[in-house]
Amino acid sequence: MKASNAQWAKELSGKMPEDLSREIDIFETEMALRKQGKLDERLFAETRLRRGIYGQRYDNGQRHDGKKVQEVAYPSGELTKGPNTMWDAPGMQRIKIPGGGLNAAQLETLADLAEEYSDGIAHVTTRQDFQLHYIHIEDTPSVMRRLAAAKITTREACGNSVRNVTACPYAGTCADEVFDVTPYSRALSKFLLGHPDTQNLGRKFKPAFSGCSQHACGLASLHDIGMIAATQTKNGEETRGFEMYVGGGLGAVPYQAKLFDTFVPQEELLPLAQAIARVFARLGEKKNRSRARMKFLVQDLGIERFKELVLEERRGLAPDPRWTAYLESAQQFEEAPLRAAGEWPQSPSGAFARWLATNTRPQKQEGYVVVTVALPLGDITANQLRSLADIARQFTRETVRTTVEQNFVLRWISKSDLQQVYTALEAAGLGEAGGGTIIDIVTCPGTDTCKLGISSSRGLAAELRKRLGEKSFELNESVDHLHIKISGCFNSCGQHHVADLGFYGVSRKVAGYAMPHFQVVLGGEWEHNGGSYGLPTMAIPSKNIPEVVTRLTERYARDRQAGENFKDFIKRVGKPELKNILDDLARPPADPTDRSLFSDWGDPREYSLGDMGTGECAGEVVSPVEFGLGAAEREVFEAQLAWEKGQVEQAGKAAYHAMLQAAKALVMSDYPLISDDPDRIISEFRTRFYDTQKFFDPFAGGKFAHYLFAAQEHSGGPYTSDSARYLIEEAHLFIEAAHSCYNRMGTPAAV
Amino acid sequence: MNLQHVNVKLLIEDFGDAGLERLIPVFHGWIQDRARPELLLDIADYRHVPAGPGVVLIGHEANYSVDNTDNRMGVRYNRKAELDGSNQDRLAQAAVAALSACQLLEAEPRLQNGLRFNGQEIEIFVNDRLLAPNVEVTREVLHGELESFFRKVFRNGEISISYDKDPRRLFGVSVKAARRFSVADLLANLGGRD
Repeated sequence: MKASNAQWAKELSGKMPEDLSREIDIFETEMALRKQGKLDERLFAETRLRRGIYGQRYDNGQRHDGKKVQEVAYPSGELTKGPNTMWDAPGMQRIKIPGGGLNAAQLETLADLAEEYSDGIAHVTTRQDFQLHYIHIEDTPSVMRRLAAAKITTREACGNSVRNVTACPYAGTCADEVFDVTPYSRALSKFLLGHPDTQNLGRKFKPAFSGCSQHACGLASLHDIGMIAATQTKNGEETRGFEMYVGGGLGAVPYQAKLFDTFVPQEELLPLAQAIARVFARLGEKKNRSRARMKFLVQDLGIERFKELVLEERRGLAPDPRWTAYLESAQQFEEAPLRAAGEWPQSPSGAFARWLATNTRPQKQEGYVVVTVALPLGDITANQLRSLADIARQFTRETVRTTVEQNFVLRWISKSDLQQVYTALEAAGLGEAGGGTIIDIVTCPGTDTCKLGISSSRGLAAELRKRLGEKSFELNESVDHLHIKISGCFNSCGQHHVADLGFYGVSRKVAGYAMPHFQVVLGGEWEHNGGSYGLPTMAIPSKNIPEVVTRLTERYARDRQAGENFKDFIKRVGKPELKNILDDLARPPADPTDRSLFSDWGDPREYSLGDMGTGECAGEVVSPVEFGLGAAEREVFEAQLAWEKGQVEQAGKAAYHAMLQAAKALVMSDYPLISDDPDRIISEFRTRFYDTQKFFDPFAGGKFAHYLFAAQEHSGGPYTSDSARYLIEEAHLFIEAAHSCYNRMGTPAAV
Repeated sequence: MNLQHVNVKLLIEDFGDAGLERLIPVFHGWIQDRARPELLLDIADYRHVPAGPGVVLIGHEANYSVDNTDNRMGVRYNRKAELDGSNQDRLAQAAVAALSACQLLEAEPRLQNGLRFNGQEIEIFVNDRLLAPNVEVTREVLHGELESFFRKVFRNGEISISYDKDPRRLFGVSVKAARRFSVADLLANLGGRD
């Protein structure tokens, strides 16, 4: 699209690292081949994904405009950049930022790109990456070249590859850390990038580093491999290493990582990661995407067998000097301040005092703090990025990092400079208080730009921020520290499982119309590296979610016991009581002409997969399918209750039965006399909904049906605590898929 | 110098957050009705970002927005696709597009007469640093061309032209007329066609 595209290669020749330059040249050739029809669209899709170039909503050439599905007539006609993905449709460019570390010049480069190729906004993700939206594929080589000239790559930012290596943004400054993990995260990132052993993975592979076990900053337990800094003393000599975890991951069904080893010596970090990648590449699922993450491999093999295989693989690896070449410098790695250590401001007041309280964190180095620059919904403008670059240069040695809470941190700020830093941030519109508090809401892109989005996570987050911000001074201190995280669908990009109050988008048919909802996920824990995962409680219409937040936080502020955190409060109150608190919010509107619940936050379009006439609620009579799905939801709720009481056998059986109920409900839509025999239900379901692909999710395909088939195979038990929990999560997803299937039945093409 | 990706921003009177919220259904209506010549795709809502892009109607060839960059709110047209013709043609294309959009918004009943061009100020940016770096040479080369264009826009009225000289920012020029003009007048001055 840009007139200057042809000139950037020449302009930046010799200014980019050679390997990155070559990579971009190759991609440009692949683009040319695709346009000539000489490269298969599937192959091209994977190759662009591995360069961080994602599809975006409506890129199939169709968009529901609130009245009807409109064809989007892109000028490139039938040319595609992947299956069902039009060439000209705008897409998203993900940009890897290892450990979230950036210098001022890199911030300025991102500013320029956001302005020239995107819509003026750079977006920080929950894995410390950046994303630019609405990018034309023809512009991506220029974008990548300009990034490469700033020593940034998009390589392997998406696709079946090693994704961004994340790390605690406070590394090196945190009083609770064992040691600074920064150089190790950088070394692993560099080592695995483009490594031949990571080019044949069945799915993505996400590493993370944390300096301690008690905080959340690194989220080691929800990654494919998570490293927590550890030391060991032998013969009076302290050596560095890592407590290593494997097989964690959120996604539709979240898995806690399993402990691989309590102490992996630092010199074994890279070779062990390589060995793990090789085992994953060799034994991981390749055909069935929904079972292809490493968490399934670890689960299927068991951690002990997985470990045996990895260690065996490790023994066979040819030595590589890179494994240890960085260790000496890593040991000595230390950032330095620009300014002299200072004193805390005297008698701060007003907005500055509030900002100091929420947006600063003491460093272990006396006289310095880390400042949080809170970004609303992870968004920052081009001008703000330049202002941040100026501030980083003036007050630090350009020690800026992104965080998994979609913010920036400025490290090594002298306490004496805090007033000036605040003033500068305030002038740039970056001085908002509330970093890390309840208003600092994390959200994925949701229906704004994501093809998988079901509900408007960003719209909801913006609304909650506004409402909570207006009363932030009235909020009880216990409430102030809660975390809200929102995903637009079950895929957990907003990390809703590890929030105090988590939400993920679902849809329901109410009175014959689709209505956007969110599942309320409670009981998760952000601390301890995402120490425990919440479970869905109930689905509530999107427009009622602010009231959910109000009720739950008020109840917590009123009834919490001394020192009781939100997770423990939720457990003590119990799911039945929570359901009582929220039950009326789940009901359809009393006034059938009230259409407000049928659109989503920030989007006035009628939320409907197909218009079914206006003003009349033709479907007030509840169909047997809806009754059946309602019964399935009740059963999965009961399964949760049993699981929470430790009754794992009962929980597993109830979860399986809930899935059967949902399957039966669908079967009843064209075979009302179906019996209760499980084999018959599944057989009919398979014939009528699976083989015909009527049940298939537009993006996930038959994934959720496989949950049912697998549950049938294991229906005799026995269940463990883990397997029952996974089954409950799968039952939730199966029921959601049944709702979606029911929404699609007899309605026009999906949005 | 080949001027492409011209942005034109017409400064408006205070519109407020409520105004921006009301703009969202209007932009959705433009997509439904195909109200602009460009292929319109989607809406990006950045009301939560201070001094940000506001509400953006994303198109294939161009974006329309009510933009609050630098805390200066205005109707902005951002040409993304290349255009043939002379620099004067491309400046005129972007200006006419922005003015036509502004005219539609001024007449929009859902905005309850809430959006008004301030009558005097227009900003132009070139959204491509390689084609038009924000340096003195660019200003020297383009000044005559821009002055000539603005004279046409404001019908040879008295104007003052100023440049944003921060080399990191887009090449940008701001013009302020000595008296107020209506959008219709400015459109007529440019030939009046959308």
